[in-house]
Amino acid sequence: MKNSFVQVQNLAKRFPIANEEELTVFENANFAIEKGEFVCITGHSGCGKSTILNALAGLDEPTQGCVIMDGKEVVGPSLERGIVFQNYSLLPWLTVMDNVKFGVRARWPNWSKEQIESQCHKFIDMVGLNGTELRKPSELSGGMRQRVSIARAFATQPKLLLLDEPFGALDALTRGNIQDELINIWNETKQTIFMITHDVDEAILMADRVLLMSNGPRARVAESVVVDIARPRKRAEIIDAPEYYKIRNYLVNFLVNRSKELSGSSPSLNEEPLTVNPGVETRPMPETKAIA
Amino acid sequence: MDIRGKSIILSLAILVTMLGIWEMSVHKPESSEPLSEYELLMGGAEQESRVPPPSDVLKLAASELSNPFYDAGPNDKGIGIQLGYSLYRVLAGYLLAMLIALPLGFVIGMSPLMYRAINPFIQILRPISPLAWMPLALFVIKDSEASAIFVIFICSIWPMLVNTAFGVSNVRKDWLRVASTHELSRLRTALTVILPAAAPTILTGMRISIGIAWLVIVAAEMLVGGTGVGYYVWNEWNNLDLTSVIFSILMIGLVGMLLDMILAAAIKRVKYQE
Ligand SMILES: Nc1ncnc2c1ncn2[C@@H]1O[C@H](COP(=O)(O)OP(=O)(O)O)[C@@H](O)[C@H]1O
Ligand SMILES: [Mg+2]
Repeated sequence: MKNSFVQVQNLAKRFPIANEEELTVFENANFAIEKGEFVCITGHSGCGKSTILNALAGLDEPTQGCVIMDGKEVVGPSLERGIVFQNYSLLPWLTVMDNVKFGVRARWPNWSKEQIESQCHKFIDMVGLNGTELRKPSELSGGMRQRVSIARAFATQPKLLLLDEPFGALDALTRGNIQDELINIWNETKQTIFMITHDVDEAILMADRVLLMSNGPRARVAESVVVDIARPRKRAEIIDAPEYYKIRNYLVNFLVNRSKELSGSSPSLNEEPLTVNPGVETRPMPETKAIA
Repeated sequence: MDIRGKSIILSLAILVTMLGIWEMSVHKPESSEPLSEYELLMGGAEQESRVPPPSDVLKLAASELSNPFYDAGPNDKGIGIQLGYSLYRVLAGYLLAMLIALPLGFVIGMSPLMYRAINPFIQILRPISPLAWMPLALFVIKDSEASAIFVIFICSIWPMLVNTAFGVSNVRKDWLRVASTHELSRLRTALTVILPAAAPTILTGMRISIGIAWLVIVAAEMLVGGTGVGYYVWNEWNNLDLTSVIFSILMIGLVGMLLDMILAAAIKRVKYQE
């Protein structure tokens, strides 16, 4: 934790509510992300995942605690942290090319036109959008828009990439394809990624570690589940891995049963989530009720 | 035939019918009676002051438009020169209004504090008829030319200001977040995100403004006199030259339509689909 690339320390978010005690979304959230790691976080709606991601991004100030990246405290947004939002957030008056350029130009203001163009082309190719450079977002499908958004974020080569349910609005087929692309890009760039997802299979496919949040209010980052499946992982083959169903059952069981039981009790100061490795551990799983 | 072709034919049919009715209704049969004493007294002016038929207007239009820029003294200038004066005043007042309304609209739209501070003034000043400013303008500025420009300025500033502020304050939060995550300065954010996002709304305000300015310039020039198409209409009325009055009315409409079309084309260029 002490020397980790990203350190989240005793993070808390509270909202004042009229005529009521203030609402504590979560408190004493502690976790770390290592350089080059792909971490997913999952939990039920409203538990505070986006709030944590926005705090990591510097878009939203936590009520307490802090985020440290690369030895420096996060204050305000920065080009060191790229973000992909669920609703793509492309600028609709710009073409695909210009949307990607928007990021690259902001990142390297002194680059020549050629340098900027080649960087943009590289990442537009990477997400499989060559040939659509001159289209506007309104002329693209949802999946293509999200690809542009991913290209824009990756092209600025941030130290940390934050993705807030990037595939939540896409159909299953498109989602699968873009997941594959994201993994490929990650393999090439070895970027550190923090991603919110509601999809257990997506988390197992992509993540090194899955953080589990209990239900809000007073949610906690309860556990850190290691996904110990060899890479490269393929969507079609991963289900044959012996660890796959163990991890899957563990995650589903948490979301269906234990996330409720754990809610309402905050962790103590500096308490870190329990690390579990359901793929190898023979430790009995608490209440193995839910199966695929 | 598509609806476009049909509509053009229908428009032409309506035009011909209206002109026909107009032509028929004003053509008095040649009077065989001798002039009455009153008519003699008016020197035949009654004959002149009937509403002219469209054929007369067309004839005048042809001759006026064949030499629109002639200048034969203060009371006899071509329609082109008169329209030029009016356009000059409208554009001068309009550009001045833009210079103030666009930056101020940005400030009001980006800062809730400024919005609250300035909104009461806008609310009080906006409903004032632009011509009500004329006496004050003439007294303070002491120049009829500048006063006319001021009146255009004051009438065209409000739609631009209000629309700019509205457009700027309603830029989607997502886009502003994109700007802040890319560490854009406030100025760059204003120019590269807020301006294109609000451009259709801003230009819509400018389109309303140019329409109002063109309405107002005619009235303003009737008051200050001298030159301009408003003065021309009034002058021809004093000359009882109704053919010229009708001709200039049509020209006012035509120029107003052109101004509107220019802004409409500009809006089309900056419009985007979400
Ligand atoms: N402005 C606000 N006032 C009060 N409560 C808020 C406000 N914004 C968010 N919340 C609460 O914070 C909680 C966490 O929200 P969020 O981080 O978006 O959840 P998630 O992304 O996990 O679905 C939600 O329960 C929401 O009701
Ligand atoms: Mg969320």
